[in-house]
This record gives sequence, C-alpha cells and structure tokens, in this order.
Amino acid sequence: MRSPQYTREIPQRYRLEAGKCTGCGKVHFPPRLICDACRCREFEDTTLPREGKILTWTVIYVPPPNFDLEAPYVVAIVELEGGVRLTCQVVDCGPEELAVDVPVELVFRRIQEDSQADIIQYGYKAVLKRE
Amino acid sequence: MRDVYVIGVGMTRFGELWESSLRDLFVEAALAALDDAGNAGEHLSSMYVGCMSSGLFVGQEHIGPQLADYLGRIPIPATRVETACASGGAAVLHACLEVAAGVSEVVLAGGVEKMTDGADVTSALATAADQEYEAYHGVTFPGLYALMARAHMHRYGTTREQLARVAVKNHKHGALNPKAQYPFEITVEQVLNSSRVADPLRLLDCSPVTDGAAAVILASEEAARRAGSHPLIRVAASAQATGTIALHSRADITRLDAVEQAAKEAYRQAGITPDKVDVSEVHDCFTIAELCVMEALGYTEAGKSGPLAEAGETNIGGRMPINPSGGLKAKGHPVGASGAAQIVELVHQLRGEADGRQVENARIGLAQSMGGTGASCTVHILEGVS
Repeated sequence: MRSPQYTREIPQRYRLEAGKCTGCGKVHFPPRLICDACRCREFEDTTLPREGKILTWTVIYVPPPNFDLEAPYVVAIVELEGGVRLTCQVVDCGPEELAVDVPVELVFRRIQEDSQADIIQYGYKAVLKRE
Repeated sequence: MRDVYVIGVGMTRFGELWESSLRDLFVEAALAALDDAGNAGEHLSSMYVGCMSSGLFVGQEHIGPQLADYLGRIPIPATRVETACASGGAAVLHACLEVAAGVSEVVLAGGVEKMTDGADVTSALATAADQEYEAYHGVTFPGLYALMARAHMHRYGTTREQLARVAVKNHKHGALNPKAQYPFEITVEQVLNSSRVADPLRLLDCSPVTDGAAAVILASEEAARRAGSHPLIRVAASAQATGTIALHSRADITRLDAVEQAAKEAYRQAGITPDKVDVSEVHDCFTIAELCVMEALGYTEAGKSGPLAEAGETNIGGRMPINPSGGLKAKGHPVGASGAAQIVELVHQLRGEADGRQVENARIGLAQSMGGTGASCTVHILEGVS
C-alpha cells in the first residue's frame, strides 16, 4: 500500500473517527458523503466506542504474503456498542477462548508491514475483555 | 424490449493450462461458440468480455480490442465487463440488453481468466473485498466465507458434514464432465480431513485456481430461427443487483441480499416461481456459498439448505438438481469465466445434450453468479422453447 493511500485512512485506523448522519442518526465507519439509509448529506464527527462483541470469527491458516509470519491468526466481525460493525483481528487469545457474543475491546496495534512501500502499518485489533 | 435467444455456446477445458495464454483461451471458447451458432456468427456485431483481473493475473488490461483482434473480428465494438467473480454473468447480461434493445442482432458474451501464471492469487482475489477495511486486516476470501459459515452454523445448526456434502455432490457431478478441472469423486471424510484454510473451511470446501474461458452467442428471435439447427433457448430473465462491498456492513451476515434482489427481479421477468426451475448452476466458490445461495434463491427457507444438501435433494436425480456441471468446486473457477460457463452448461442441459450428467426433462434453467462476498450478483433464467 502506497503512503498516500495509507495516510488517508489514519483517522479511522488510529482513532476510530466516524460520521454520524444528522438526518437519521446512523453512524458510518468509515465516514461517507451520503447516508445510505436516508440520503442525507450532513454529518457530525463522532468517535466509535471501543467495546463490543464477536459476531462471527475464523482462523486464517493460509494468509496473504504480508501476513505470512503471523498465520494462524484470528479474524472476526465485531459489533461495537451502538451497532457499528467492523472486521479485524482478535489477538492475545487462543481460538478455544472464542465464541459468538464474547465481549471484546479494540486496541491500537501494528497490523502489517509493506516491504514495497516500506511503511509499518497500524490500526485496531480486538482483545478479549477479561473481568 | 424484444426476446433474446442463446444460439451458440462454447468453452475451453478448465484447469491449469500452462500452455495457453489468456488470448488463446478466450479465442478457443469464442470460436467454439461461433461454430455452434452456425452461419449466424457471420452477423456478429459486438462483444462483451467478463474478466475480473487480467491486470493482476497477467499484467494485461484493455483486453476487449485485443480479443476482438485475435478473434479476427476487428472493428466490432468489444468491451470488458468487471463485477469480480460475476464478470462472466455481467457480460452475458450486457449482451442480452444490446440484443433486447434492438441495437444488434447477434452479440458474443464471454468470460476468461488466466490465473496460474504465477501471480499472487490470494491477494488478487482479495481485491474483490474492501481493500481498506477487510483485506487490510489480513482476511482472505476463504476467510470471509468462513465468517459466513460460522454465523450460519451458529444460528441454524448447519453442520460441518452438511457443508462437506456440497463438495462431495459437486465432485460427483464434475466426474461426469469432460471439461472439469477435477473430474473425480471425493468423500465426506476427505473433505473433513483436508488441510485447514480458514476455519471452519478446509481445502476441499474451496473452489480451485483455474485457467479457462467460456462464450455464448446471443441473438434476436429472427436471427435464432435463421441459425436453426439447435432447439431454441430463450433468455427468460437477465437480472443483476448489488449488495454492500464489506461483509460486515450487512444486516444479516448469513443472507445474500444481492442474490435475493437479483433473483426476485429474474422471477418477475420470467413470470415463474422458484419451484418451476428444473436445473440450476450456482456460485459455489465455497461450500457455504451454495447453501446460502439456495436460501437466497428461494429454493428453501433460511437455515434449511444444509439438511436438503445432506438428503441428496440437490443431486442430479434429486428434487432440485444444482450444479450438474460440477460447479465451481469440481469444474474449476476461472473467476471471470464462471458466469458464462454456467450459461454454457444450462444450454447443454436444456438442449438435452449433457450426456451422463443430463437432468431429465430439463426445460427451465437458472444460473446465479456472484462477485466478492455477494456484493455483485447476476441471475439468468433460460427456457427451452419447443
């Protein structure tokens, strides 16, 4: 991934910045120019909550080249409080600890290194919320 | 809009065809389709080529004119169509529209993909998902379908064995198809013991990496009647729909909304209900995909596809035969070609020339093709006109 492409997404990847539709209140991550629910074009800035739960998950055994050294690793669809869903890795746990509806929180982590563009790329991953 | 007919079909063998280039593959399929159409091919006035990613797989874009050139058809218009793995289906749709609109009498629609030249296939296929918000996090295509599979199993109790049954059935059918990449049977045990790709999916849940091309010739009724030698096959419906690019954006991860939408429109065009379909070719890129597609097409209620697959209802000879060609799983999945190859199979079925894999008395056939995790979908319904 080239650096302009990477840099553009930093507000979302580092800080979970989203857009809340002023028409219907739907929260969009990443932000959009028009709301798909009500077609309103006015948004206010908002930040996603970090807590949520696992909706579904998989263990990737055959990874793309950038993730070669990490396999096997867990990827899940996480539903955050408030309803926004995203795809991310779940780390610091074994697959046996995973289940649908398990509570998680998003943390800031290194995601991948692009050897071509020579940038270390960061973003969010989920960890299990332990009591 | 006037009626459209399929008057010629052709395809290459599917497989790892190292000796053939992309242009050779396409031209071989197109020539076979033109030959099948008899002298109507002389009136060919335009062509559409479905291809997902010749740029990433072989470093060649702009294949429309290249393929028209090597087919010896310069200067007819030639356009590449891309909807990821549904590209072949979308090419057929646009060719149908051109004939239906009365702009052309005879149009070629095809698909091609050359996947085994050494490109990084996993990454190339991942471009059909959201690059910034899915692939960035290391999820692969098998991984995305594995997320759907886990959700389906959790909600409906779909079992690992039911998933395996889909692959076993498609290999059973593919063993009867001389064009198939993997024309042999497999067992449930082999599926369950094959290597892990993305839990709960294993290697034998996944369609393979394939080279191949397929082509069909579409024509007006007048041109079809002039062409003459085959039974007439009418395109009763040609529909397309979109869904969200990211799987996580769907209200229900187990539901293929775009397939439901395209199917609804196709049934409306054809004036039929799902139970009238005699034979189907569907997009079984992964075993779970065939089950979710059965539900989206209205062949069964949500959550009931697993037991149907297990009971053998989708076998040739069953109540709703699905993928008599072997499907993407056994026939192979040259991504841009698959949607067109489904039409080729349906035409063989409706003409009654599918040999050992013939579905008895097949009169109405449905082809469903999708790109990404179902963000693009085309549905075609063909009808044999006696």
